[in-house]
Amino acid sequence: MRDHRSEPAIELKNITQRFGDYVAVKGVDLTAGSGEFLAIVGPTGCGKSTLLNIVAGLRPPAEGEVRIFGRPLSGLNREAGYLFQADSLLPWKTALANVMLGPVLRGTPEEEARERARAWLAKVGLAGFEDHYPHQLSGGMKKRVALAQVLILSPKILLMDEPFGALDVQTRQLMENELLALWQEDKKTVLFVTHDLEEAIALADRVVVFSAGPASRIVGDFEIDLPRPRDVAEIRLTEDFLKIHREIWRLLREEVMRAHAR
Amino acid sequence: MRARVRVWQAGLLLFLLLGWEVSVRLGWVDAFFFSKPSDIALRIVEWFRTGEIYTHLWVTLLETLLAFVIGTVLGVVMGLWLALMPTASAVLDPFIKAMNSIPRVILAPIFTLWFGLGMASKVALGVTLVFFVAFFNTYQGIKEVNPVVLANARMLGASGSQLLKHVYLPSAASWIFSSLRTSIGFAVIGAVVGEYMGAAKGLGYLISQAEGVFDTTGVFAGMVVLAAFVVFLDWVVSRVEARLLVWRPEPGREGGTV
Repeated sequence: MRDHRSEPAIELKNITQRFGDYVAVKGVDLTAGSGEFLAIVGPTGCGKSTLLNIVAGLRPPAEGEVRIFGRPLSGLNREAGYLFQADSLLPWKTALANVMLGPVLRGTPEEEARERARAWLAKVGLAGFEDHYPHQLSGGMKKRVALAQVLILSPKILLMDEPFGALDVQTRQLMENELLALWQEDKKTVLFVTHDLEEAIALADRVVVFSAGPASRIVGDFEIDLPRPRDVAEIRLTEDFLKIHREIWRLLREEVMRAHAR
Repeated sequence: MRARVRVWQAGLLLFLLLGWEVSVRLGWVDAFFFSKPSDIALRIVEWFRTGEIYTHLWVTLLETLLAFVIGTVLGVVMGLWLALMPTASAVLDPFIKAMNSIPRVILAPIFTLWFGLGMASKVALGVTLVFFVAFFNTYQGIKEVNPVVLANARMLGASGSQLLKHVYLPSAASWIFSSLRTSIGFAVIGAVVGEYMGAAKGLGYLISQAEGVFDTTGVFAGMVVLAAFVVFLDWVVSRVEARLLVWRPEPGREGGTV
């Protein structure tokens, strides 16, 4: 099918990360093909976010190698856009100023950046909210602004850390569908971290399961062979979806139990 | 609600002033020690009518503003520098704490010795007070920058100086501004205490002169003018603050107004 395996966007080799004496992840090998939508699931505290921060270059690993499109990563990952779990917008800037920030920082003339930011805000459904400050927006709107803020830079890799975790179910499904539509346009490589297995299956090409921490590692790797384009609300009801869900859940449940036993 | 609070405040003030006035007139308390509101009011009117007060007000205002501006600029710059340079901060920490622990009144005579009886010694005293307020608030403001917002700005491509402009300074601004309101008060204290210890002009000098001749009316009148002066400066600063921090949510209105 897709030959995204030919040139891997992200290659992690034998990655270990420590915080003092605490080993967060240990010996992780993971490859994401160019254009692949890869979801990482696991119980809370399994080091999923740690892994994203490593790929982003925000915190280099204690051991192991990170390669981005074949080149070793040093410093921040300039190919990646990062959608954080917590509110990450600059509260002292309006929605428009937040979206145009990336281009401005990278030297785009103010006027051009403003026009592009306006277009992106419209694209995520927030035309007319240009002059609102983040505290004047709802949770879903803030996520849209954050998404536009990241996508305006057209990163080749999109890192997402439970981006929709704090949203209500309806808003969440709406955002997931919009994300899929945007992804369908230019097929970025996506690394999507979540603890919600249903969300992972509905969105991704591949789901990777992490073990409970400390010293998390990968315990499962599943291809999700569901047709696209998908509707995240409807696909959950199909027989194929349920079959895959049962299969992965059998594995994930053990890890969740182990995480709780701690 | 607001109007009712105002009415109560006015009522309380009137009650206190009337109580004071009546107690003195009935001879319950001695006017020599306590003066009385009507005399104080007359004295203030007299000061403004003759224009005697203006030179003193002007001198104190100038000393206050100089101490405020110099102290704040030094404090903010130092605060930024130490907050962003952990090593320098670790080295200088005990020195800063030691300097801040010196009661400033003790410095007044020595500053008079160094800088003379004029304005410079008062400004210097004010600076030693204002500096630390601005410094500690700036330092804290930088340290409290939201790490997620910081990481986001870095991922979006911000360099060191861009982080300062787009993240650190705006984030510290609310801390710095709340420090400004405290600072303006301290700048006044520096000026007035300095004048009080030895000067030829200023509100502090005026009060100290009155005390020297047991003129309690003059002392209270000086205090009232001084209080009004500080309230006015505080109002100016809070107006500027409101203009510059429009992005801040009003308390209790965070999130989801649309």
